[in-house]
Amino acid sequence: MEGITLLPEFRGETSGIVALEKIPEVMAALKSEGFTYLVDITGVDNQGEDPRFEVVYELCDLSKKKHLRIKTTVAEGDPVPSVSAIWRTADWHEREIWDMLGIRFSGHPDLRRILMWEGYPHHPLRKDFPLAGLPTEMPDIAFTAKAPLEGGPFVTSSAVLTQDREPRAQPSEERNL
Amino acid sequence: MSSTVLPISFGDALTRTAEVSQTLPADDVGEKLVLNIGPSHPSTHGVLRLVLELDGEVITKTDTEIGYLHRGDEKIAENMTWNQFVPYTDRLDYMAPLANNVAYACAVEKLMGFELPPRAKVTRVICCELARISAHLLGLGAFAMDVGAMTMFLYTFTEREKIYNLIEFLTGARFTTSFTRVGGQIRDIPPGFLEGVSEFCAQFPAQLDDFGSMLNRNRIFVDRTKDIGIIPADVALDFGLTGPNLRGSGNDYDVRKVFPYLDYQSYDFEVPVGQAGDCYDRFAVRMEEMRQSVSILRQAVAKMPGGAWQINDPKNVLPAKDKVLTKMEELIHQFIVVTQGPDAPVGEVYFGAENPKGELGFYIHSHGGGVPHRLKIRAPSFCNLSVLSQLLPGHTVSDVPAILGSFDFVMGECDR
Repeated sequence: MEGITLLPEFRGETSGIVALEKIPEVMAALKSEGFTYLVDITGVDNQGEDPRFEVVYELCDLSKKKHLRIKTTVAEGDPVPSVSAIWRTADWHEREIWDMLGIRFSGHPDLRRILMWEGYPHHPLRKDFPLAGLPTEMPDIAFTAKAPLEGGPFVTSSAVLTQDREPRAQPSEERNL
Repeated sequence: MSSTVLPISFGDALTRTAEVSQTLPADDVGEKLVLNIGPSHPSTHGVLRLVLELDGEVITKTDTEIGYLHRGDEKIAENMTWNQFVPYTDRLDYMAPLANNVAYACAVEKLMGFELPPRAKVTRVICCELARISAHLLGLGAFAMDVGAMTMFLYTFTEREKIYNLIEFLTGARFTTSFTRVGGQIRDIPPGFLEGVSEFCAQFPAQLDDFGSMLNRNRIFVDRTKDIGIIPADVALDFGLTGPNLRGSGNDYDVRKVFPYLDYQSYDFEVPVGQAGDCYDRFAVRMEEMRQSVSILRQAVAKMPGGAWQINDPKNVLPAKDKVLTKMEELIHQFIVVTQGPDAPVGEVYFGAENPKGELGFYIHSHGGGVPHRLKIRAPSFCNLSVLSQLLPGHTVSDVPAILGSFDFVMGECDR
């Protein structure tokens, strides 16, 4: 289909990349082609890459039993065109992505936080948000105390390389034994 | 003595409201009241908060507030190995932990490219269907209790107790099972377990018929659920509803049929669908699904094959404990699997499973190694609840418990 760059198949799934500004047009066309069920929308934070974020749409054609993944990339601060006018289920998924990753959706009717409360200053699923939390103006509710067992011998930390993530590889002063 | 007959006409809520509003003083007409239900309220089954705007007793606007049980499961998943996340899946839909374990393990295995041996697949089917019956029984009991049939809850819990005993026999835990691992289960099914499942299947359908006859001829139950909370099929799909809530509206989408996993295509079962899409249809679909689950359980017990119960891949699956203690190779593999986790390839997959509440999906984005780069949980209750702001306006406050009960949602999964 026009506007979709197909990626190599992985585990029997078809994925395609669509340019950010083409999203509403391509999505509307896909829906009229039979992809009536929007399964899910996910945001992915690829910190250090440019553009930083990826937005992933999972679509299903129930009559033809087909699954399709559409991906697009967006830079920090840029809005993604909303698809909530095409599938109403996108409303809450987009609110969740805004809440968790701080990606704005232009044309969304009601872009509020959904899981965190209105006024929470951070976007917790970003890679630069530590597992232990960040300070807020409500220290008794959104606290930054060490997570239970943090730094202990059985708690791994976030990193791609296994040797950095393995607890025994951490310096002993960080392990807080 | 002669008596007079006074006809009483009650009418439905909307006509009553219209009649009453004609008798009100002019400045009271159209006055709106905001009513807050939850986050802690018996009919919200957890911590859901509904902010209702009322005109009399008719709802004119609904705001659904979720997130009170948000624990950051997706963030946690990015910080641990594949198998370490299994206990967190217990706590998604905590009515059916076994089904969540299976869905998560299947998703990671899809990423790894593992093909399970037949015995493991049949074991998992038994897990899923036991969990489905158990979750539907609780949903049914709580629904009936919300609309005034207290007895039902006690009856369904008697049956759930039998399932809990079976689950304890199988996994060692009654509630938080954590039964699956990437590539298999923690152990093979114990001797005598299949006989226990057969025994349960033999007595359960008669109980189910009893439950049905207690409710579907109960005037209060039928009056409170028939033609209440109608969702047309196209609206249901538009809002991403899945599971019994979608099938109650007449759409026959069932992941087990459309995208079969665990060889569900080799089982003979039917997908019940409703017609009207009201609360009663969602109840009826769940009742029939339990009968179909019993049928699947019987087929699974009958065809349980022998052989391996986990894949043969020493670098990714825990070796037998006696070998770990005596053999060098196995000790090394045990150490690698525990500390680094199974080694995943670079790539991304989506796996959806038909859970009791609907399609539970896992989107995994892997950069390789033992931890996910991003793990997204597509929670059926999250999508199911999003329709409330569309559905509730026009209903009365007394319909809210019936509609919420018929939705059978779990906040642990919705908020993650």
